[in-house]
Amino acid sequence: MNSVGTVTPQRAAFDTPILLQGGVSLPAFELVYETYGELNAERSNAVLVCHALSGSHHVAGIYADQPDNIGWWDNLVGPGKPLDTNRFFVVGVNNLGGCYGSTGPMSLNPVTGKRYGADFPVVTVEDWVAAQARLADRLGIASWAAVVGGSVGGMQALEWTLQYPERVRHALVIASTPKLTTQNIAFNEVARQAILTDPDFHGGHFYEHGVVPARGLRLARMLGHITYLSGNQMAEKFGRELRHGKLSYGYSTDFQVESYLRYQGDKFTTYFDANTYLITTKALDYFDPARSYGGDLQAALARAKASFFVASFTTDWRFAPERSRELVYALLHNGRDVCYAEVDCDAGHDSFLLDDAQYHADVAAYLDRIET
Amino acid sequence: MTEIFGRFDFDVIARWIREGERVLDLGCGDGSLLKFLQAEKGIRGYGVENDPGNVLAAIRNGVNVLQFDLEQGLQGFDDDSFDHVIMSLSLQTVRHTVPLVQEMLRVGHEAVVSFPNFGHRSHREAIARGRMPVSEALPYQWYNSPNVRFFTIADFEALCADNGIVVHEGLFFDEGRAVSDDPNLNADVALYRLGRQP
Repeated sequence: MNSVGTVTPQRAAFDTPILLQGGVSLPAFELVYETYGELNAERSNAVLVCHALSGSHHVAGIYADQPDNIGWWDNLVGPGKPLDTNRFFVVGVNNLGGCYGSTGPMSLNPVTGKRYGADFPVVTVEDWVAAQARLADRLGIASWAAVVGGSVGGMQALEWTLQYPERVRHALVIASTPKLTTQNIAFNEVARQAILTDPDFHGGHFYEHGVVPARGLRLARMLGHITYLSGNQMAEKFGRELRHGKLSYGYSTDFQVESYLRYQGDKFTTYFDANTYLITTKALDYFDPARSYGGDLQAALARAKASFFVASFTTDWRFAPERSRELVYALLHNGRDVCYAEVDCDAGHDSFLLDDAQYHADVAAYLDRIET
Repeated sequence: MTEIFGRFDFDVIARWIREGERVLDLGCGDGSLLKFLQAEKGIRGYGVENDPGNVLAAIRNGVNVLQFDLEQGLQGFDDDSFDHVIMSLSLQTVRHTVPLVQEMLRVGHEAVVSFPNFGHRSHREAIARGRMPVSEALPYQWYNSPNVRFFTIADFEALCADNGIVVHEGLFFDEGRAVSDDPNLNADVALYRLGRQP
């Protein structure tokens, strides 16, 4: 019910080189994307949805041949849903460096004829947004009615307002942050080290060896999962419940939470690329629009012209409400229109993916205000 | 809680606001006052509200609403960033009264506060009868009231005098009608325009 239904990913190829922030130029690249709803005659109702670490262009709906493969934000995007596809033309795109079909480490390097692997350059949030802008050009979208994102997706929404202030009218920055904390970077580094030190990593060229650094990627995902959930929610979900009713006095899975983490970690290694994981965590670490303004976020945001909706979740300790408040105060300083909701939701960072009634009502009410 | 009192206080507040001002409304409820001032005075406004239902209503009302807890103070707001900082019928609901009024006058050039007068005749009579007052201005039972500070017009003026808060103007009402004679006894609501010491 009220789903966008069956969707088909599309592919856009760009043969004008893109100069990445790290100084490397990619001669050509491709982006896979999906669209939902209809672009209106004025081309004024387009909304870009930016994905987070493990997300993709598959935001809503299902595939004809994979009816169980439901878009990652299907509870938010669809006809009559908060991001209403009866009103908006919604675009989801897999970011540059991704592993769902856009040009990334798994793609063939035209220079060597082999997969890029570790030779794929580190890309940044700025680069993702620059690539997304190429797609907007291709789709004939001069300015987005809104750019929406949660977590790292929210960083992209914020970056849009800074890199292309004339091309985004509203930014919805959800469960996000204007920069990572030291602790966030520390967690990312542990995740990276897990991958980099896996003997199957082969310096990032594991494809050639027919293996994946599954142990490292699995550990990275397990660690990530801990930071996505709140302590309370984890306790409620798993408590100290034992898998087999008694302690093993060994290193098999005694507690349910161990089993859950192992399952999540194993599952992840079957579909996610270790090099993309490395790149994405670096993009996260590097994102800091205030950096070139001596750390002054207020000065960094002076360029922005969009109106903002910022939301955080009370139990999110990864990107805590304080980080969103920093952003809100810097926007206030610049006289930007902004609404800020601090949603009481128990699910930690992952709350942004859930259909909490208050959260979805706030998003729907804000999107409703947007003129198309 | 603005909605309880209808709009007479909106009109008074609007008279104190010039065209195009920057206005911060603390405890903005569903945002009706800001919406009214946007329409009447073309203000650039922000509201602070901590109740999720009110935040949603204010988003729907098309105002800039920020879900902050006023008890945490206004430290994130720049000095002098607003022409007026308003607190309409909410001062009695916050615990840190003096720091908050002082913060309002740091962030805003002037502050506008309104509050129910606990010294009103009907409230005194209720107390004299041995019961806590319940009235249009104080519509709660003692056990479900969001109010945490109970004060009269005279109390508030004494607080201003003791803390160097300048009273530019005070207006008093009883059931929406202006009161001039002994407001501490006859007014159920007081509105003040406050400033800093020169």
